[in-house]
Amino acid sequence: MGVGEGRGGGARRVVIEPFVRHTGAVAALPRADVDTDQIIPKQFLKRVERTGFGPALFYDWRFRPDGSVNSGFELNRPEAQGATVLVAGANFGCGSSREHAVWALREYGFRAILAPSFADIFYANCCQNGVLPVRLSSQEIVELLRRHAAASGAYRLSIDLVEQRVEDGAGFAAPFAIDAYRREMLLHGLDEIGRTLLEESRIVAFERGRERGDGRRETW
Amino acid sequence: MSSAPRTLFAKLWDAHVVHRFPGGGPALLYVDLHLVHEVTSPQAFAGLRQAGRPVRRPELTVATVDHNVPTGDRTLPIEDPVSARQLDALAVNAREFGVELFDLQSPNQGIVHVIGPEQGFTQPGMIIVCGDSHTSTHGAFGALAVGIGTSEVEHVLATQCLVWSEPRTMEARLTGTAGPGVTAKDLILALIGSIGTAGATGHVIEYTGDAISALSMEQRMTVCNMSIEAGARAGMIAPDETTFAYLAGRPRAPAGAAWTRAVAAWGELRSDPGATYDRRVTLDAATVPPQVTWGTSPGMVTGVTGAVPDPADFPTDDERRAVSRALEYMGLEPGTRLEGLPIDRVFLGSCTNGRIEDLRAAARVVRGRRVASGVRAMVVPGSQLVRAQAEREGLDRVFREAGFEWRNAGCSMCLGMNADILKAGERCASTSNRNFEGRQGRGGRTHLMSPPMAAAAAVAGRLVDVREWAWEREGEGERAAS
Ligand code: SF4
Repeated sequence: MGVGEGRGGGARRVVIEPFVRHTGAVAALPRADVDTDQIIPKQFLKRVERTGFGPALFYDWRFRPDGSVNSGFELNRPEAQGATVLVAGANFGCGSSREHAVWALREYGFRAILAPSFADIFYANCCQNGVLPVRLSSQEIVELLRRHAAASGAYRLSIDLVEQRVEDGAGFAAPFAIDAYRREMLLHGLDEIGRTLLEESRIVAFERGRERGDGRRETW
Repeated sequence: MSSAPRTLFAKLWDAHVVHRFPGGGPALLYVDLHLVHEVTSPQAFAGLRQAGRPVRRPELTVATVDHNVPTGDRTLPIEDPVSARQLDALAVNAREFGVELFDLQSPNQGIVHVIGPEQGFTQPGMIIVCGDSHTSTHGAFGALAVGIGTSEVEHVLATQCLVWSEPRTMEARLTGTAGPGVTAKDLILALIGSIGTAGATGHVIEYTGDAISALSMEQRMTVCNMSIEAGARAGMIAPDETTFAYLAGRPRAPAGAAWTRAVAAWGELRSDPGATYDRRVTLDAATVPPQVTWGTSPGMVTGVTGAVPDPADFPTDDERRAVSRALEYMGLEPGTRLEGLPIDRVFLGSCTNGRIEDLRAAARVVRGRRVASGVRAMVVPGSQLVRAQAEREGLDRVFREAGFEWRNAGCSMCLGMNADILKAGERCASTSNRNFEGRQGRGGRTHLMSPPMAAAAAVAGRLVDVREWAWEREGEGERAAS
């Protein structure tokens, strides 16, 4: 196998929806520490597919125990329907590693999540699925929430990954940081496994180095 | 060779770098052990199949069923067809891809983070991954152990490597001697309470200090297990004689000459004097009382002698809102004393506190007593081997005679994916790790605490300070006076 052909397709294979720029309606969830148990409750984790999770998003918050819609929940407000950008509180996505949380958010319609901070595993899971996690300062998030409220929820944001900028076209603009590697993968929707398999010779050398015991530590 | 002093973390990181992506990007790290369970793996295996990729190193991959398994009678068929489908999928995947599986019939089945160490798969110096956030447990052995998502599970299956941007390091130094009745669970809850649930986000914590070296391996696992509840990527403790003694003779640990070489290599795995961390926090174990959570995140915690706080006492709007919401969910009023709070259920188990020492500690509190009327209490051992060991020691009788249910191994009511769940409004004293809304069942109210505290609550029917309890202390064989 030559360099450039990972097993089962090269790195340039587009496997996730690329994220270049996106403009969409905003939904606000101004709560801190939203954990993945809330994003997708455990009773929905039994599927063996990556799909079918959207209807279960925030299930216990969206629906009352009798199955009726909880109209008080932020995402159930009329103006939040069709939102594709979620503005949330700090430490979003904490708790369980379940990638089902991101599958549910994506299937429900969200393409970008803006928060002052994200839990590490959740952040990585977003990037694996073409959902852009955007870290802004707490002040910027507060300002976005204020503008969202002032517009009675009729509020849109543009997120540009090329320029690494968030703006509302009405005076709010903020840059954001993202790791160059993740940015590249998201911009092109690349297959990370294919990308890694390009380094096949290095992986093999590492494995051989251990077997020979040539100074490199054994497994232990 | 002279080099700058390195942390334990840096030594493990450096030893596993296969490649650094240019431009300060992440590194490609080699994975020594990949643990797999039924809930986060089916989509990963499906992805491999779709792309025609094999599992690169099946011999470094181990699978078990835990999250979804029934903990009642194992001779009956699984009632929930959707759960059964997920268990079947793992069996099919393990067979097709050549991965060893500890299935429901195996005498070694159990929670993935209990059986890894128990079998000796988990060893110092390894990079260990699992599609589960509590993978941090294995860091107790001086391994770098991280939870990953399903896409990353597929990536590791296909490449045996993990793409990871170098995290920051934090030293959590625990000094002093914990008082009687205070366990590792109390120490880690107190630490999370002090640094917050996002206090260690982006960091790997190394736990150091006398209060850590004094802990048994099982207690160290409890501490590392909950690193994720402080937001940490991983938690780790340098291996020492306690570690080696635990591992010696385990079925999958090295033996003979390999054991001697391994112990010599493992002895090097500690932070060099003068190594620097990005952050340092300290905690004096002597000041920590038994802990109880009052809210809906593990950081909402206080000493058992404390009271439910008033939202008005918190400095920011966000916190006031979060605390109000939590109190509403928990059905608690500000100022309510935690001691004396009536409970309906007790759960002893989970990867945090489902090991043999945990069951022994709880049994010492329960021995000769009865679960309070109206309280339903269950013990769910972390593995079938823990269960068998407990039965050899007669602990099952202690629990059963007291009125506890004695169940088979699994995650059970830690996350309630099987039939073991709370009903709305039920209040539970739980030895697990998450008190999130609905975690143990929709509308259920979870108070996290140590095994002795939960055991005492079962008997009293309300939260009590185990330090005031007349119980058989370790090594004494007779009741200590209260
Ligand atoms: S016992 Fe609980 S925390 Fe541990 S692996 Fe199972 S579900 Fe996760």
